Amino acid sequence: MMENRTEKNSYTILFAIGMVLIVGALLAYASETLKPKITENKRMEIQQNILYAMGVNDNEEGSVNFIPTSEVGSMFSKYIKKQLVIQGDTATEDDNAYLIDLKKEEAKAADPNYTRKLPLFIGEKDGQTYYIIPMRGKGLWDAIWGYMAIDKDFIVDGVFFDHKGETPGLGANINQRFFMDDFKGEKIMEDGAFTGISVVKGNNDPTNEDKDDHEIDALAGATITSNGVTAMIKKDVDMYIPFLKKLNNK
Amino acid sequence: MGLLSRKDSKLLLDPLADNNPITIQVLGICSALAITAQLKAAIVMAISVTAVVAIGNVVISLMRNIIPPKIRIIVQLVVVAVLVILVDLILKAYSYQLSKTLSVFVGLIITNCIIMGRFEAFALANGPWRSFLDGIGNGAGYGLILVIVGFFRELLGSGTLLGFKVLGDPIAKTGLYALGYENNGFMLLSPMALIVVGIIIWVQRSRNRALIEDH
Repeated sequence: MMENRTEKNSYTILFAIGMVLIVGALLAYASETLKPKITENKRMEIQQNILYAMGVNDNEEGSVNFIPTSEVGSMFSKYIKKQLVIQGDTATEDDNAYLIDLKKEEAKAADPNYTRKLPLFIGEKDGQTYYIIPMRGKGLWDAIWGYMAIDKDFIVDGVFFDHKGETPGLGANINQRFFMDDFKGEKIMEDGAFTGISVVKGNNDPTNEDKDDHEIDALAGATITSNGVTAMIKKDVDMYIPFLKKLNNK
Repeated sequence: MGLLSRKDSKLLLDPLADNNPITIQVLGICSALAITAQLKAAIVMAISVTAVVAIGNVVISLMRNIIPPKIRIIVQLVVVAVLVILVDLILKAYSYQLSKTLSVFVGLIITNCIIMGRFEAFALANGPWRSFLDGIGNGAGYGLILVIVGFFRELLGSGTLLGFKVLGDPIAKTGLYALGYENNGFMLLSPMALIVVGIIIWVQRSRNRALIEDH
């Protein structure tokens, strides 16, 4: 009896419809109820990442430790003095600039009539001013992104990188200390012209003693991710240079 | 095992060795290659798959009499997908850091052949309790191989275990590296995972000749 019933076409179709309805409702319900918490987590993560780049973190030997989520809100308002949105020649202050979605801005910028919004964060730590620039690029498998904190002389104070799905143990290491720490002290300018920082193989400087060569030792076995980081810095940091130069001359 | 009957404990223990999903059933090879460059990733993946295959097995087993045979594969896929998406959402809301580590694996879990293989081969024909044990057993058997492969790949490829520099510092030339030892970068690439799995299969079959197929 049972076998006959489940073999029928009408039963199969009804079962499929019922299953889709139940599953759809369940997932929609779960997604909607959890959404506020997830958005909040993402928001705090961005703040943690920005602060990390300018050296406000709980780092100990060898590991990446962010400011705890319970404090990140107050620390963010303490250290980040100004959030700017640069659009063409004008810059406006916007306290939600850190929520600007770089991916969407990049897509919109394809339209020649649209001037891209560039968020810039101005932080202050121990009397020093830092400019923190957000970046977004492509790794081997998926998106990579990050923040670079530079001082008035265009020397890198710190960086933060992350990725969506680079290979564990290889490209995924861009968010590890041994890679990110190498950027500290590197210059992104040479004689007033933008050079960026290249992540290159075999530059005979694995511990990165040479801070004037605009080069970082690449990740073993992750050439495409390394190239992605180089390209991301070239593409995104460059857009800020004219504005930063103007800011410095004031 | 006083808690389980002899037959039930066989369900749990067989997949660890003589009916191992990777080395004997040859299921789940794809993810074994993809994520064993680091021991930590392998452990996380092992736990995730065990949880999903055990819970999924129970769900499928409970539904086994009402699933229309014509669309059973689709039903199985839907069950795995729902479970994985739910786990992902809950982690994102309540354990954001962990969910970031796991996000890479979410897609891999859904496509893991072990899960579909156990649904099809076992849960559709057995009760929920036995299906649950089968799920735990197969997940653990899969995890065991993953951890073994991950152990050797991370140790020989990066000189670390769970991120700790157990062989010394390759840049500062301390520990083993002071003697001229070098990490084998090839271990980090996927083909080496296949070779390590091959060696495990070889060792296992040479110790238990009954496992060797007749050709």
